[in-house]
Amino acid sequence: MAYLVSHPDEVKVISSRFGKGAADIDRYLELDGYKAVQMALQMGSEAVINEVKASNLRGRGGAGFPTGMKWSFVPKESAKPKYVLCNGDESEPGTCKDRLIFEHDPHAVIEGAMIAAIAVNAHKAYIYIRGEYRYLLEIMQKSIADVYARGFAGKNIFGSGYDLDVYWHGGAGAYEVGEESALMESLEGKRGVPRIRPPFPAVVGLWGGPTVINNAETLASVPHIIMMGGQKYADIGTPKNGGTRLFCLSGHLEKPGVYELPMGYNLKKMIYEVGGGISNGRKLKAVVPGGSSTPVLTADEIDIAMDFDSVAKAGSMLGSGGVVVIDDATCIVKFALRTMQFYRHESCGWCIPCREGTDWLNKTLTRFHAGGGLAKDIDNIRYLAENMLGRTFCPLGDAAAMPTIGFVKKFREEFEAHLEGKPCPFEKHGAISQLPVMSH
Amino acid sequence: MNFSDQLEARFADMLGHYPTKRSVLVPFLLYTQDELGYLTDEAIEEIAQRLDLTALEVRNVISYYSMLRTRPAGKYNVQVCTNICCLLRGGEEILEHARKKLGVAVNKGISEDGVFSVEEVECIGACSWAPAMQVNYDFHENLTEAKVDEILESYRKKAQQ
Ligand SMILES: Cc1cc2nc3c(=O)[nH]c(=O)nc-3n(C[C@H](O)[C@H](O)[C@H](O)COP(=O)(O)O)c2cc1C
Ligand code: FES
Repeated sequence: MAYLVSHPDEVKVISSRFGKGAADIDRYLELDGYKAVQMALQMGSEAVINEVKASNLRGRGGAGFPTGMKWSFVPKESAKPKYVLCNGDESEPGTCKDRLIFEHDPHAVIEGAMIAAIAVNAHKAYIYIRGEYRYLLEIMQKSIADVYARGFAGKNIFGSGYDLDVYWHGGAGAYEVGEESALMESLEGKRGVPRIRPPFPAVVGLWGGPTVINNAETLASVPHIIMMGGQKYADIGTPKNGGTRLFCLSGHLEKPGVYELPMGYNLKKMIYEVGGGISNGRKLKAVVPGGSSTPVLTADEIDIAMDFDSVAKAGSMLGSGGVVVIDDATCIVKFALRTMQFYRHESCGWCIPCREGTDWLNKTLTRFHAGGGLAKDIDNIRYLAENMLGRTFCPLGDAAAMPTIGFVKKFREEFEAHLEGKPCPFEKHGAISQLPVMSH
Repeated sequence: MNFSDQLEARFADMLGHYPTKRSVLVPFLLYTQDELGYLTDEAIEEIAQRLDLTALEVRNVISYYSMLRTRPAGKYNVQVCTNICCLLRGGEEILEHARKKLGVAVNKGISEDGVFSVEEVECIGACSWAPAMQVNYDFHENLTEAKVDEILESYRKKAQQ
């Protein structure tokens, strides 16, 4: 059971049905559910894409790619069936927002996936949910069954003559499977290793057919866009960054939680007002603004607008919306190490720079944090990470390298404080626990 | 080998979802594991046969996914997240506490009575409610050591029923 919070600055679009029992299909219908999909059927493919383009909706899975543009890349004619695939793998550390949508408003995801299908003229949509979220998979299974029972999915939906099937799919524990090409491999019953691009999924995706892959929050935003109109949705955000998004505030905050705020909301305000400030009367040291793979910002770098372009300008990424707040009692080396431990565990092993790089970095950081570091290690860590950048099939290598470079660059003195066998100046914990490489 | 009626129904239903049989593999392995406790050699053979795969191909997939296992776990698998957001709020201490309390020294070790196993896991999507853990599929969040004691006690009672 994920807890709901609220703050006066919130603009509730995606979360407008949270806490209102909308997992029940009748309740969802009372709350204007399944109206947007009927509108989309009337509007037709091109008009739907144009509306989504006008909304300036950008992917909430991490990369922030414009959704309408992504849909427009799908070829009109295709010999192979086309697909829509909803990415509900949600595994980027710091991110826990899709979970709330699946729990409180699962039909919005279904309806969004249906509208995406109509936009690209696909007749099958899959909703992939990570294995750990079993209770959410069960909610989704029931929701899909209810949709079929009402005749909203299957043959001739809403009497439109359009056929559209919706299916659930479950994972079994793997961060890399959230990467779009690995996601397709996983759905096809294989190890989740990435595919080389091009061709992009919009052209060659699931079983070789053109496939639109979108994050669950992205899709859940779509029915609202159709209902309120693209322009109105765009107006909520900043230029080129339409609407709202769910920000997952975590770490050393008085009021952590998932808050829906307009794109471009100020990060400092997010931390001190929405999140209630730093817990236990401590001071802010750093913020990881968009999930574990985004480069850290220092306490003086947080007076920025939280949209894709402004955070990029500040040298980081808006990512998946996970804002991790770190206080001044935390050891950054330890934090960097735990981050790397994760990437080393999750690297699928397909590309050498990622597989070896994460392992080397993990080993070096472990030794370093334990007091066995040498001065030259500091530059070596950065050098190793820089050599992973852009050299892998999928961005997991970058996701491991970018934050590491950031930690070294911005907190070099904390690395230096660990040199010459000195014990960690912050440490209250014992030796860091170690996960096995492959867990069996 | 025979699957339960429930698992058979699940399999039949899922086969209808995809253009290729193999696509049922990952979720079906997890459902099978839920019934059997782990993926036994017989179950792997059976699933391979049904999907026109070799047992090796199935094992190759199993070894990729961290929730899938080919050895038993405790009746209740206690999975404590120590990833960044949980780390900041005491996840490592929670893991240590659970291990001590249940007398499980190694990662994925099983308690003497077989009721519990303890596993350190990566982010489970409870970051805003850290520290967090899952016991089998149930989420437990905003944990303290006292809360962990209570939770474990309630599972122990359940196991005795
Ligand atoms: C290693 C890795 C993990 C990812 N995990 C997720 C995930 O869990 N959920 C998600 O929606 N996108 C994830 N992504 C991004 C997807 O590849 C893809 O860009 C996204 O699902 C597209 O949807 P969007 O355009 O709606 O954001 C991940 C990417 C990488 C490189
Ligand atoms: S970091 Fe522990 S649940 Fe996300």
